[in-house]
Formats: sequence, structure tokens, C-alpha cells
Amino acid sequence: MNEAAAGGRPKPEAAGGPARDRTIAADGATLALGRRRLWEGLTFTVPRGEFLVVLGPNGAGKTSLLRVLLGLQRLTSGSVLIDGHSPRRGDAHIGYIAQYRAIDPDLPVLGRDLVGFGLDGHRWGPALRSHASAARIDGALDLVGARSYADAPVGRLSGGEQQRLRIAQALVSGPALLLCDEPLQSLDLYYQRVVVEQIADWNRRRGATVVFVTHDINPVLPVVNRVLLLARRRWALGAVDEVLTAETLSRLYDAPVDVLRHAGRLVIVGADLGAHEHETALDGAGHHIHP
Amino acid sequence: MISLWQYAFVHNALIAGAITAIVAGCVAPFVTLRNQGFAVHGLAEVSFAGAAGAVFLKLPVELGVLGASFIAAVGFGSLGVRLRERDVAIGSVLAFSTGIGVLFLTLYRSYSTEAFSILFGSILAVGPDDVIRALVVGAIALGALAVIGRPLRFASIDPEVADARGVPVRLLSTLFLLVLALAVTVTVQVIGVLLVLTLLIAPAGTAQRLTLHPVRVTLYSVLIALGATLGGIVCAVYTSWPVSFFVPAFSLGAYLTARWLGPVQRDARTVRGETEDGAAGTAHSHAGSGS
Repeated sequence: MNEAAAGGRPKPEAAGGPARDRTIAADGATLALGRRRLWEGLTFTVPRGEFLVVLGPNGAGKTSLLRVLLGLQRLTSGSVLIDGHSPRRGDAHIGYIAQYRAIDPDLPVLGRDLVGFGLDGHRWGPALRSHASAARIDGALDLVGARSYADAPVGRLSGGEQQRLRIAQALVSGPALLLCDEPLQSLDLYYQRVVVEQIADWNRRRGATVVFVTHDINPVLPVVNRVLLLARRRWALGAVDEVLTAETLSRLYDAPVDVLRHAGRLVIVGADLGAHEHETALDGAGHHIHP
Repeated sequence: MISLWQYAFVHNALIAGAITAIVAGCVAPFVTLRNQGFAVHGLAEVSFAGAAGAVFLKLPVELGVLGASFIAAVGFGSLGVRLRERDVAIGSVLAFSTGIGVLFLTLYRSYSTEAFSILFGSILAVGPDDVIRALVVGAIALGALAVIGRPLRFASIDPEVADARGVPVRLLSTLFLLVLALAVTVTVQVIGVLLVLTLLIAPAGTAQRLTLHPVRVTLYSVLIALGATLGGIVCAVYTSWPVSFFVPAFSLGAYLTARWLGPVQRDARTVRGETEDGAAGTAHSHAGSGS
């Protein structure tokens, strides 16, 4: 029933030598929320420095998987280890870009504040910052090219500008593992490219592992190592060419699915990957992995 | 006229008023940040029941106010974060506790002046003991706010990421309600149960019309609260009209003035957002935003 596509693309050559660590190791991981089973028997390892894309329809449990990795959600059974430990809430080695949420334009919060939260927002005590901390925040702002609007109220910035600040917030603590939940949502094509480049850059230059939840694989096609597809309580893991095939998808969905390649983009016909919230999994006519 | 300033009660009123204004001015920006105006009102109404109960049992009124609002703070804190549910629960408790307060005062008829001073404040009747009490309670409130301020802001603005970073979001919610209970206790003395919002919301709302810089918002909020409170006391001393008329009048006056004349426009994107976006906007179209 489960579909672990044989031998994904071998893990990338990390800049810092052989990546012996298995950053994420899932073994029979199963999650049910209430009476609903999201996925079962997830068994895989993600080597350090891998760029893993998680695809699947709405409600397949993509965000829940990230919550498990963040230590915010307990598994129903099985185990997930990060660098050999159970996920810990507040792990400083993990950067997290949460799903986009509009920020009230009247909030008295500056871009710099938002980024600073990623560094020391969890600390108690008076909010006095050392020069070293301020420099790290500036560095993160520079990394995403957000320095010019760092002192503007966040709520007054565009979605693309806010998203870059969120990336800086996730990167400012220097994470070895970056968890991104639909970071391209509500961004136009230009900013989709910018955001993917920034995350891919962190992945390549720092050798950081990236788990990237999305419904559209096309913007990340040039940088992805492997794909984890969650659908209908089943899953498949492997290189793009192995997982996103008519054969694998048809088996996963119990229905004929076609995968078309057109002008360097993938178009999936007959399987819902959650691109549109108003379309249901039963909507066989949807053309997904989009646009 | 001038001779009024020789009276100790005027000095006491001004000192207690200044302490109250500083505490309220520092707490108010968090109230607006967290949309907790209704909780403030709820705490105040519950403290009315506590005060009336204390009168009935011949205990110090302040003890009743503090005890009841602390219990209410813990209760509200356990309500969770769903706004609609929270409002219904607070609204029901608020009405019920006002009823209890009325019951106590009816059972203890001779204290109708007590009822009046609980509901509308009694700043011109405070003695040296009251001033010291306000100072101690106010100092505890500000000290606690200094300790929890940074994670509280993080949790208020970005609860999901704060949770992932290990910030105890629920605990902070309750701790802030306890700080609010202290602030309400101090404020009730000046302005009364029914009018606490005039010092615990309005100054921050006004400040946010003048600036969205977080430090300046707090500074302006304190200055506005000081102006309204001290101005109200001075006017009351000269005219013999009640303090509780002047303070809300000044507070509202400041808010309306800032609304009409303040630089912070309701309309988002007028302050900023043209620099990079404008340039990027011409370079790409908004076609195919992907979701």
C-alpha cells in the first residue's frame, strides 16, 4: 500500500564533506487527528543538505508533518528523529517559515522586530539587544535584501516584502534545518522566484536541510532533490522523475493520472494536489501542479 | 484658587494619578496589540463584584478588587484563544459579576457611597496609604511587564512561530491577564470600574495614530495617559465637577484629534511599499499567482 519509490536520487554532496548525518529519520510514523488518519507508516531518512519538497492535497497532513518535526504534534505511532533526538519544541537549530497570514496594517511592529523575534523573541527579560545581536539581525535582513524596509511597520509592506522578512526571521538563528510551509502562497511569480532562490541559497551555501511544503512543484523544480508526496493516507518518496509519474500517481490515487511535461513545467491531470481550495479530491478534471 | 494646592489630598491625587497613568500607558499598547479591550472591561466588572463583596464582608476594598480580578484573570486565561468563544464567556461572566456586586451592595444598604466610588473612582479621596499601595501594585505590574514583554509581543504577533520557538503562548496569555488585573486594580481607584478603558485602551489607540514605531507608541501612550489624568484631576479640583468626567473627556479628545490630524493613515500602503515593489511591479506581471 505504501509506496516508497526505490532509491531516491542519492543525497547531495554537501559542501562540508560527506554528510554522514541523517537529519530526519522517520520510522513507521503514523498520525491521526481525531478519527481521521492523515498518513501511516512513513519511513524515510532525509540526509543533511537535502532539499525535500512535500506535495499533497489539502488535508493530507503536510502542515501536520512540519508540526511533528517542530515538536508541536505527537505521532499516533512510530517515531521521527531529528539528528537522533525526538523533536523538541523551541529547537534553535530549526528555522520555521509558517504559512502566510496577513498582518494588521496598524500593528506597531517594524520589520526589524519581526526578524529579531527569530533570534531572541523567546527570551524573557527586558528587550535590550547587544551589538552582536543587532548585527546578526542586519545580516539576516541583508541576506534577503530587506534592509531598505527594515524600519517600516510590517503590516504596511507588500506580501512579498513580508514573506522575505519571515525568511530572514527563520534564518537569523542560523538553522541547520529549515521548515517552510507554503512559503510561495499569495506571492506572484516574481516573488516566488526570489523566495525560492533565497531558500535554495541557504540550502546550498550552508548545507542546511530544507523541507519545503508546497502545492506547486514547478517553482522549486530546479532546486529540489526529492519529493515526498502525501495523498489519501498513502505516501511516495523519491526523485521527481520517480514520484511524479503517471504510474506512481495512478497507483496512489486509484485513478488514472497523467503527468505532462510542457516547457520545463510539470502538469498533472486527474489528481488533486491542493492547488485550489475550492476543488475537492474527487474533482477528476483538475489540472494540477499548476499553473 | 491657588490655595487648593496646599491641601494634601490634591498632592495625593496627583501622585496616585501619575502612577496610574504611567502603568496604564505602558500596559495599554499590549491591550490593543492583543485585542483584549473586552477582557479589560470584564476584569473591571469582576473587580466590582470583588469590591462590593469586600464592603459587605468589611474587608479592604482594594483586596476585593485585586482578589476578584486575579481569579477572573486565571479564568479568562483558561478560556483558550478562540475569539468568539472567549467573548461569549467573558460577556456572561461580566454580566453575572455585576449582578453579584449589585446584590452585595443591596444587602448592605448603608454603603451606596461606596458603590459610587467603586464605579466612578475616588481619586480625590486617596490617602498616603493608597498612594503607597498604588506605587507597589504599579511597580509589580511594570516589573512583570518588563520580564514578559518580549515573548508576549512575539506570541501576540506571530503565535504559530512563537509556539514553535518554545514560547509558552498559553502561559503568557494568563500572565498578561494577571498584569492587567494589577493595572485594573490601580486604575479603578482613579477612574472607577466603568471607565478603566479610558486609560487602558484609549492612550495606546491614540498613540498608534501618531506613530507605528513600537517604542514611541509606548512613550506617547504614557504621555497621553498622564495628560488626561493629571489634567482631569486639576480641572476637577478647580471646577468641582467629577474627575471621571474630565479624564475620559480628555482621553477621547486626544483620540479624536489624533484620528483627524494624525499622520498614520488608515489606508495601508500610503506610508511605504513603493520602493522595491514599484520597481519589481513594472518588471513582472501578476499573472498566475499560483493559488
